[in-house]
Amino acid sequence: MTPFDAVAPSAPSAGAWEGVAWALARDLRLALRSKAEIGVQLLFYVIVVSLFPLGVGPEPALLRALGPGVLWVAALLASLLSLPRIFTADFSDGTLEQIALSPYPLPALISGKIAAHWLTTGLPLVVMSPLLGIQFGLSGNELSILAVGLLVGTPTLSLLGAIGAALTIGLRAGGGLLALLILPLYAPVLIFGAGAVDAVRAGFSASAQLSLLGAGLLVAIVGAPIACAAAVRIALD
Amino acid sequence: MTTSINWFRFASPASFFPLARRLAPWFASAAALLALLGCYLGLFVAPTDAQQGEAYRIIFIHVPAAWMSMFIYLVMAFWCAISLTFNTRLAAMMAQSLAPTGAMFTFVALWTGALWGKPTWGTYWAWDARMTSELILLFLYFGYMALRNAIDDPRRADRASAVLALVGAINIPIIYFSVKWWNTLHQGASVSLTAAPTMAKLMLAGMLVMAFAAWFYAIAIALLRVQAIILERECATAWVGELAASVRGAK
Repeated sequence: MTPFDAVAPSAPSAGAWEGVAWALARDLRLALRSKAEIGVQLLFYVIVVSLFPLGVGPEPALLRALGPGVLWVAALLASLLSLPRIFTADFSDGTLEQIALSPYPLPALISGKIAAHWLTTGLPLVVMSPLLGIQFGLSGNELSILAVGLLVGTPTLSLLGAIGAALTIGLRAGGGLLALLILPLYAPVLIFGAGAVDAVRAGFSASAQLSLLGAGLLVAIVGAPIACAAAVRIALD
Repeated sequence: MTTSINWFRFASPASFFPLARRLAPWFASAAALLALLGCYLGLFVAPTDAQQGEAYRIIFIHVPAAWMSMFIYLVMAFWCAISLTFNTRLAAMMAQSLAPTGAMFTFVALWTGALWGKPTWGTYWAWDARMTSELILLFLYFGYMALRNAIDDPRRADRASAVLALVGAINIPIIYFSVKWWNTLHQGASVSLTAAPTMAKLMLAGMLVMAFAAWFYAIAIALLRVQAIILERECATAWVGELAASVRGAK
């Protein structure tokens, strides 16, 4: 028994799922207390999507061809915009350090935070997307594949983006740097998400693209919280 | 176990620095000789291609650059993994010194690819999977370097950029398998390990010699750059002071 042990008894090991639930409930409560922020992020999505017809012209055929890609790129940008929220406030008021010190496993707590981020930023986009898809003249079948693709793909965006958010905690470089780090990693999600809608339009099944999106999500669920936890510990050192 | 080799002897920047200084000129001269030989083979000896004429000869730059762009990222990710697991400074310095060379080769691969695409496909750029993922690889290199630059504390920069490089390493298999996933405008890989090469032996020889030239160049330049990084980051230590004094004394 070293003197150190006497001062800091080994923490009782706390369950991972409890940690996920605790962080999820806390971040959801915080997010729901500032509903305006959720609305702003959703409005950003709607506005970016609405700008495209102004830029490329109102041709229905052209808009129909661009639709899935535009909706997906806008989802990427909206996700990017909301990423700093995951850690910034908690870092600046010191909560993040307390979170890192808690007996719950850090990856579990971060998983809960990421889940809350997706529920408050990703899920609204999924719900909103069919409405915007109609504006681009997508058919019913395409709309449902778009929504399913976003449902499977946007959690991956939150998970990957959280790694970038954790790596840039407290850096002056801010948003531009985060975009440079994260947008390249988003590319496969974009390719398969928009590709799923294109496949349906061409008369094929979208199951290949959706399966790959699902596989990506599973890998991200397993890997991203661990990478995030490492990044948070590096930032707090 | 007094006779065992000390594998970690060169893990210290102080003992690695003289080794890097000794090795760099050797790799640089090997790279120069191989590049000369490769250019001779590629430009004068290798036969004209039946379909593409003389335009194909850019392959002797393009393919080695594309190989190196991906290979250097893997080596970088390897050093990053070492630096994270063993918490060694030199591994992080090696990763840092490789990044600009990797970005350069990625850019060269894209540039020569565009120049090659114009006469053969009739377009500088196509949004084909392999070209797009090579472009993404370039962004990954830029992201790695930008993150390093944004962090003032070198040790935090080491570890944060290492995490980023490892996450980005997922992109390398995507580059490789994208050829199979979306078989579009880009021709399939010219050299495959499973099937017999479809290209003439001389073309292959020229390309391999150029690949080794690019490889040795990358090693030489990384060893040069790591010396600068070591000096910059260890400038407060005694051995750098002695080195500086001895250089000043020799003048």
